[in-house]
Parts: sequence; C-alpha cells; structure tokens
Amino acid sequence: MTLKQTPSQTVGPYFAYGLCPDQYRYEMTSLFDVSPISANTPGERITVIGQILDGDGIAIGDALVEVLQADHEGRYLTTRNAISEARMQGFCRIGTGTDPQHRFILHTIKPGKSAPDSAPHLNLIVMMRGMLLHAFTRIYFDDEAPANQGDAVLNSVPEKRRTTLVARRQPGHGPAVYHFTLHMQGEQETVFFDL
Amino acid sequence: MTEALLSPRDWDAHPPYIHPPYGSTARRGPTQALIPMREQMRNLKAPVYGSEDLGPLDHDLTRNAVKNGIPLGERIIVTGRVLDERQRPIANTLVEVWQANAAGRYVHKADTHDAPLDPNFLGAGRCLTDSEGRYCFLTVKPGAYPWANHPNAWRPNHIHFSLFGEYFGSRLVTQMYFPGDPLLAHDPIFQGTPAQSRDRMISRLSLDVTQAGYALGYEFDIILRGAHATPMER
Repeated sequence: MTLKQTPSQTVGPYFAYGLCPDQYRYEMTSLFDVSPISANTPGERITVIGQILDGDGIAIGDALVEVLQADHEGRYLTTRNAISEARMQGFCRIGTGTDPQHRFILHTIKPGKSAPDSAPHLNLIVMMRGMLLHAFTRIYFDDEAPANQGDAVLNSVPEKRRTTLVARRQPGHGPAVYHFTLHMQGEQETVFFDL
Repeated sequence: MTEALLSPRDWDAHPPYIHPPYGSTARRGPTQALIPMREQMRNLKAPVYGSEDLGPLDHDLTRNAVKNGIPLGERIIVTGRVLDERQRPIANTLVEVWQANAAGRYVHKADTHDAPLDPNFLGAGRCLTDSEGRYCFLTVKPGAYPWANHPNAWRPNHIHFSLFGEYFGSRLVTQMYFPGDPLLAHDPIFQGTPAQSRDRMISRLSLDVTQAGYALGYEFDIILRGAHATPMER
C-alpha cells in the first residue's frame, strides 16, 4: 500500500523561538547557525544581502530562509566526516525579523561548481506566514556569467525570468557583497522550482 | 538501469500558494507556475545533524524551560512515526515542534494576544526519530487563540511540526490538529488544504499511548516524500 504525503501548512509568524532561537534571543539553543560556514572554512568569503518583497513591494519581516550549499570545491556535505573536512555545515537558517530593514544577511563562501553543467549557486527554501507551503529557489551570481550560461537549471528557465535568480555584485574592492531581492509576486516575480 | 529518486510533491495533498480565505496568501504566494527542476536535482540530501546536537530534555516541553514550577495545562504525549510513501520508516530524522501554551499564547515577541505567558513553558522542542521512525514529545495541550484574518477568527488547537526527511526536497512544515476540534471547520489554514488530505493532519487519541493517571496520548504519523525507483534518464 502506498501512503499519501502529509499536507504542508504555513510556518506561521511565531517560528523563531523553535527554529532559530539564538538569532532572536530566545532561551533555547539553535541547532543551525545563521551562517553555513565557520571561522576557518576554506573558500572565497562572500556576503549575500537579501530581502523578500511581497506583492506590494513591502519587505517581509516574518519570513524564514534556509540555505543549503556546496563547499568551495562543489561538494555537498552529506556526512559528519565531510562536514569536518570542509570545516563548514553547508546549511543555515535566517529569519528576516531581526534586521531593521527585514533583510537576511548571509555570510558564507562562494560554492564551487557541483557538476559540469552547474554554475555556483545557493539552494533556498523560503517560508513565511501567508504561505501554506514553502518554496524552493536558487541564488546564482552575476560575476559567474560564463558558468551561468552553461547551467542546466538556469537554461530550463524562460530567458526573461533568469535574472530573478541572479544576485548582483556590489561594485568596489574588498570581499564580494551581493544583493538579491526575492519578489514573491509582480513583474519581477522570482522563479520558484518544483523540486 | 534504475536510480532512486525523490518522489514528486503530491499536488493533491498540499494546499495551493494562494488561498483567498487565508488573507495574507493573496500578496505573498507566488502566482507563476513553478519551473520543474530536472529529476536528477531531486537527489540533493538534507542537511546533516545528529543526536549530539540535542539536549536531554529537548523532547520534553513540560521540563525543558522550567523556572520555578511545572507548566500549567493538560499534559499530553504526542508520538508517531515518520514514514515515506512506501511505508519505509525514516530513522534519525529531525522533528522540531513549537506551539502556544495552554492559554493560547506564544512566547514569540510578536504575539500580543491578551492571554498569560507561562514562566515555565517555552513551547519549543525537538527530537530525532528512532530506528522505526518513531518520535515522542511530552507537552501540554496548546490553547486556541484569536488572529486577525477575519472578524472573530480563532485558530484551532495545533502544534507546528518541521521535518527534513532524507532529502532537501522532502522538507515539510505542517501543523498537527486534535480530533473533534469544532474550530477546524472555520479555519482557513486547515481548510486551505484539499478536502481529501485534511484528515492526515489530525492526530488521534490513543489509550495505548496514554499513560494512566499522567497524560493523554495522541498519535500523529507523518508521511514524507521518499526515494522511489525510476528509469534513469539517458
């Protein structure tokens, strides 16, 4: 007999003390940090500054973003040993409720290419009050144009919508800072995937 | 040749992104069709964690935040199995829960409902499933509470659940409800789910789980997407 999937329900507005208590300063220890790396993780340090806008263009302050990424050599970390060797967890959670502008600020390393037809990218799960089920998306990087052109997933997206998945590097010297706006709706609605 | 791949999301089981009776979906749910991810991408695994990450009282919400006494409310046991669609137990998977206290108040700073906080109750817990996919929490029954969706709107008693399963794509965030709750008929979050799948979110009272003289027991099994064998694309 085949069992049927349990339905999804909204994460609601009050997830923080359960899912990311350290970030919101509740009296519980977080299982997952707000960054997927540690102090000595090898790789190019980057910061991604993100914001999630609703259909009215208003930044959403009660969303939760989960990020899963490969290490700097493009390996996904699926065992304890791999995590120790890569010196990074590869996964993190950030709520948008502790930043005054409702941003999520991700301090990480640029992931390597995980496959020949895959450009460096971050995998995101986005959830919030007002969404009955979470959404999958990705963040690519605009300074990886040649790799992006060969990326199988990006190429499966209608061309005019691909830019919704690409973070823009802030001009200037020093460590790379990217900006990424997630539009839940509207003309620039971010591409979400059926994973 | 076959390769195990994560089974697809069952769109007859899950609610839509936009469900007008749940007002805040209107400006937050994506409106464009999802882009199918190529099948091979479904094999991305869930993040790694382990029992060493958990504290000894993490599963016991009646004790994990005690300050000067025991939490008020009706003590309950909530247990069940995490399985995939082929009835395979999902062992060592993380189950995280959070809920309102017995008075219907969340610890969260954004909850302004005029009901008392309980100094001895946080309302958050977590555990890993055992080799048979079983989890177990000890807690108090959460109260109903009002919300601003429509005039005189009240949420039915519920416990929030968060699970990963084995894959990045098997992630599930859901809510467990209680049998016979008259508010279910009026709740747009519960009712936003296709009619044929709603009952899967309702726990059942179990006298086998109930501990005599101590706590009522509720069973709630959770079915996640799991691997299925499919012809490999060439």
